[in-house]
Amino acid sequence: MATIDMRNVRKSYEQHEVIHGVDVRIADGEFIVIVGPSGCGKSTLLRMVAGLEEVTAGEIAIDDRVVNDIEPAHRDIAMVFQNYALYPHMSVFDNMAYGLKIRGTPKDEIRRRVDEAAAMLELGHLLERRPRQLSGGQRQRVAMGRALVRAPKVFLFDEPLSNLDAKLRVQMRLEIQKLHRRLATTSLFVTHDQVEAMTLAQRMIVMNAGRVEQVGTPHEVYQRPATTFVASFIGSPPMNLVEGTLEADGLRFRCTSGDHIDLPQARHDLVGRALVLGIRPEHLLPADDGLVLTVQLVESLGAESFIHTRLGEAGPELIVRAGGLAALRFGELVSYRLPADALHWFDATSGLRIDA
Amino acid sequence: MRRTTFPNKVLPYLLLAPQIAITLVFFFWPAGQALWQSLYREDPWGLSSAFVGLDNFTRVLTDPNYLHSLQVTAAFSAATAVLALAAGLLFAVMVDGLSRGKRIYQTLLIWPYAVAPAVAGMLWLFLFSPAMGTFGILLRRAGVAWDPLLDGTQAFLLVTVAAAWKQVSYNFIFFLAGLQAIPKSLHEAAAIDGASPLRRFWTVAFPLLSPVSFYLLVVNIVYAFFDTFGVIHAVTGGGPAKATETLVYKVFNDGYVGLDLGASSAQSVILMAIVIALTAVQFRYVEKKVHYA
Repeated sequence: MATIDMRNVRKSYEQHEVIHGVDVRIADGEFIVIVGPSGCGKSTLLRMVAGLEEVTAGEIAIDDRVVNDIEPAHRDIAMVFQNYALYPHMSVFDNMAYGLKIRGTPKDEIRRRVDEAAAMLELGHLLERRPRQLSGGQRQRVAMGRALVRAPKVFLFDEPLSNLDAKLRVQMRLEIQKLHRRLATTSLFVTHDQVEAMTLAQRMIVMNAGRVEQVGTPHEVYQRPATTFVASFIGSPPMNLVEGTLEADGLRFRCTSGDHIDLPQARHDLVGRALVLGIRPEHLLPADDGLVLTVQLVESLGAESFIHTRLGEAGPELIVRAGGLAALRFGELVSYRLPADALHWFDATSGLRIDA
Repeated sequence: MRRTTFPNKVLPYLLLAPQIAITLVFFFWPAGQALWQSLYREDPWGLSSAFVGLDNFTRVLTDPNYLHSLQVTAAFSAATAVLALAAGLLFAVMVDGLSRGKRIYQTLLIWPYAVAPAVAGMLWLFLFSPAMGTFGILLRRAGVAWDPLLDGTQAFLLVTVAAAWKQVSYNFIFFLAGLQAIPKSLHEAAAIDGASPLRRFWTVAFPLLSPVSFYLLVVNIVYAFFDTFGVIHAVTGGGPAKATETLVYKVFNDGYVGLDLGASSAQSVILMAIVIALTAVQFRYVEKKVHYA
């Protein structure tokens, strides 16, 4: 069991800085998901915790011990790699036992721990097989088993589910959750998939371009995105974001395109600022005298439909989530209202959330 | 497995013809000739020949010189292959670990392969010439009675090193490619599992190199048996006192110099049989220890 502290962690490759100071404290037993688009530095951050990349500046501490100069082997961590990184020439048993053997664990103890992990992951009947004789999902389990048997202080997951097909991914996601509930080991899980982040995380770290945009529970991140980036990255389809300014009455929002949106409640405090107005697709509610939008395209998924609409001739595009199958055609006019409590406001220049 | 079939019946044979023709002319024909000649004895002027059955083989196999040459070859081949493989692997591991200047080392280490065997032999002969070679003089200054032209053991060492040196490049490039094919994450996983770099090499990288190592073992032994003729011819000419006379050199010496074509042919037939047998043994036993990923 362990805490992880990152204090102003920076990473540069030669002159080029890729991580610009990360400050996060992870509590003992927490399941943290680091999420962000590819190239945002999330894997690099994880690899610095693992000791596979050097920390250029700042400190990483595991259990209050600064590990910057400690070899990966001595950090008491285990890592699950994206491509599994199983030893192809070893049986499943030997793959899982390798770390224990190196640490000089007695033979019967190794046997016991591997059997235990194998039972937990339903790998018992595969112990004599080679990795290449296994399916993708089974390999994934072996990689997890190899991490489990060592009973480390910290689990690190580097996009472990991205090589699996959609169905298996959902299944493994649930298993990882169950395992964490059972073992309660501090875990850092890197993914670019916001669904994984939302479902697995106790808290998530949203990263963009080497910076932390927001740290919080999935609910906090979804309900109160700290920046326009988080608002557009978390949620599928993403939050609708419209740039513009409030007119003097604080009731009419003038988009940069010239079109306007009438607000249900005046916001005098925001008058005169360059703003971004945000609203999630599911918060646009049908109304007879609401905002009139033109249908551009409808994506029907069965249980729900996403209606892509446009405000005015060349105004902003807004996506509306509607239940069931929507029978709408291109060019049709629809009307929605914007509930006051569902509106998010951001500063257009800094991208930061403006709280009331 | 997908099978591709040609709709045209003649084209495949036409496409194969050049390769088959080359194999026939340059391999099967001389091999058949050798087999044929090994059963005949020719007079010194090459005017007449008489069928003698297996007499050439009995003469060769009971000749103490031939048995000596067999021992020399065994020692020479084993030493050359081991030396060339070990050095190739060592260089490959060292270059693989570099982060800068990889290409330069890579290029430089491939160059010896472009040197013709006889030239390579001359190079080493000059370097280690007791009278004017840089290393020869250094050795003598250091108090070593260095003279590979008189001392059989020294001559043997010199040809072994020269022959291995020629092959190191080839082994190096294959080992390097093999090492680079091992995913980086495997090393990282092993590092996290707690394995030291040396342990990682022996338990992860080396076993994964085994298909490459096995292939190189076969190639190096065949090389040591056949292709080292040029090196030996240039450095020692089989001497002193037959200390470096390998089987292939003896075939040349007895047949081309001694003009005993029957015995020489019998020797080359035996040599072929030995190499075929060795290769078969390697595939049968050593390959079992190979992990194809």
